[in-house]
Amino acid sequence: MTPADTLRFATRAATGYPLRTALMVLAMSIGVAAVVVLTALGDGARRYVVNEFSALGSNLVIVLPGRTATGGLGLGNIITSTPRDLTVRDAEALLRAPLVTRMAPLSVGNSEIAYGGRLREAMVVGTNGDYVDIRAFRMAEGSFLPREDLGRASAVAVLGTKLREELFGSEPAVGRMVRVGDRRLRVIGVLGKTGQGLGMNTDELVFMPVATAQAMFNTNNLFRIIVEARSREAIGPAKQQLEDIMRLRREGELDVTLITQDAVLGTFDRILGALTMAVAGIAAISLAVAGILVMNVMLVAVTQRTAEIGLLKALGATGRNIRLAFLTEAALLSLAGAITGYALGHLGAWGLRLAFPVLPAWPPDWAVFAGIGTALTTGILFGVMPARRAARLDPVQALSRR
Amino acid sequence: MAQIELSGIERVFKLGDSEVHALHELSVSIERGEYVAVMGPSGSGKSTLLNLLGLLDRPNAGTYRLEGRDVTTLSPDEQAEVRRTRIGFVFQSFHLVPRLTAAENIALPLMLAGIPPAERHTRVTQALKDFGLEPRASHRPEELSGGQRQRVAIARATIMRPAVILADEPTGNLDRTTGQDVTHLLEELNASGVTLIVVTHDPVMGGRARRRLMMEDGRLLQDVREPAPA
Ligand SMILES: Nc1ncnc2c1ncn2[C@@H]1O[C@H](COP(=O)(O)OP(=O)(O)OP(=O)(O)O)[C@@H](O)[C@H]1O
Ligand SMILES: [Mg+2]
Repeated sequence: MTPADTLRFATRAATGYPLRTALMVLAMSIGVAAVVVLTALGDGARRYVVNEFSALGSNLVIVLPGRTATGGLGLGNIITSTPRDLTVRDAEALLRAPLVTRMAPLSVGNSEIAYGGRLREAMVVGTNGDYVDIRAFRMAEGSFLPREDLGRASAVAVLGTKLREELFGSEPAVGRMVRVGDRRLRVIGVLGKTGQGLGMNTDELVFMPVATAQAMFNTNNLFRIIVEARSREAIGPAKQQLEDIMRLRREGELDVTLITQDAVLGTFDRILGALTMAVAGIAAISLAVAGILVMNVMLVAVTQRTAEIGLLKALGATGRNIRLAFLTEAALLSLAGAITGYALGHLGAWGLRLAFPVLPAWPPDWAVFAGIGTALTTGILFGVMPARRAARLDPVQALSRR
Repeated sequence: MAQIELSGIERVFKLGDSEVHALHELSVSIERGEYVAVMGPSGSGKSTLLNLLGLLDRPNAGTYRLEGRDVTTLSPDEQAEVRRTRIGFVFQSFHLVPRLTAAENIALPLMLAGIPPAERHTRVTQALKDFGLEPRASHRPEELSGGQRQRVAIARATIMRPAVILADEPTGNLDRTTGQDVTHLLEELNASGVTLIVVTHDPVMGGRARRRLMMEDGRLLQDVREPAPA
């Protein structure tokens, strides 16, 4: 019996019992679809996080007030002691670290911005001229904040592209005066489109000198200081230098937290690694269940087709012929299940992307291959026992069964 | 040298403590091209004998020589090869594969023998023509009458041009006239030189054979030879 004939024979057998075949394909496809959807979710989350942090710029150390218990889960830190404020003076002092190239203080608050008749809620970010380079933003119009003494409260502002769109429409924005809170500021630039970054959409922000913002919100403290190290390798030593400087300024006590991207990404890596393990577990269970189903369905098929097996033996089929025919049938059913599951999984991933547009929920290639491969392997593995049973049937007794 | 030589064949089935001697001290030889009817009461061992002849079963003792070769000691794969090339089976209940068409059922032995599709097609087409099944080629067994089904089965049994055809009550599930048609068909094949061994309860069919083996309790009671009917 040639392989082509075995394949054809098995195909006819599979299509000869449509209900059984459909049920088995469904069971197998649920397993594969689970793998595809769950890994799409996991990998989507991973990619989301990576994108968020790489949008932040590279080689960055973020300084925030207060000591955190865990040291590094990002923005929602648990502050354990009442910290001293982080000030513009601290920020300036940090620049003395030899491995630090640039620094940008951040002071953040909510206010309203108005131009002409249009009024809008906006998030205000007070910072300095280096911020645009640290974050590697591009200017669409004009220039970013001037590089000047951090104490100068110049009455200038830079708008995010979406904010500019909403306030000015097609009118030119650079040179116009806008009102932010109780101040009138001159628009000196508009940022290019940047999209999401660390939970705040830069396109909807209004930037101004840190002193202007602090005066507007009547405060002296900073929300965060972003420090750029000389290189990726310098991040560790730079962090050490920054800590030393801060400790010196706080009479030996370190009451700030320094976060590096690596630490943050490492945390997420651990979380996402655990997630992947869970996914693999669920997938393994669902595929094992599908495999047991394959085995039972094939055992029923062997029983149903006992007379046929006896006949094939009488016609001169070897045990090997029969084993291969049943194994091929099991493999075909698993393959059909795997392909259906792959399609279903992609449908599910598409649904996820519709439901959560920020999540790039695409199943990774390895998961797709692993899912289909596992489905085929389980199908064939669990098909071996029924196939062997079929091949070992006594032809005389098989033929006497009707 | 006879085509089939059985000597001292024993076939014992064990059922719990008791033993059933389905065949006992059976020795018989059959020449090439003979037409043999195996007859006897139910349970006398007719089917057991036919299964042994068709290498579907092994004797507990004795030797079976087919075309001079001791086939009882062959490996299962070698026995399958003998079944495939030298033996054709016809069964009382036809044993067609329900999901396959008439043509596909006839092609099964060719497929198992690994004969290429093109040659398979010509041989099946010829067989369909020979057995008057052309208009039924693409019908499934359930769409065929009993006589047509048995003709498909006979076409399948002969497609590999076997040396021996073994038929276990081939007319048992057919009415009288259809049964006669099938009998004629088998006899025509015998006339072309194939050895025909038929198990039958029907004295009319048995009477047509030139040799009758009368069985009882697993023994050969009588071996009756007759000159060919005029
Ligand atoms: N697999 C088996 N296990 C136990 N006993 C069996 C088996 N096959 C056949 N026998 C016994 O062997 C004896 C011969 O059976 P066999 O089928 O050859 O009879 P038969 O002549 O073909 O009968 P029938 O005319 O009813 O078909 C019977 O007593 C039967 O019960
Ligand atoms: Mg019988």
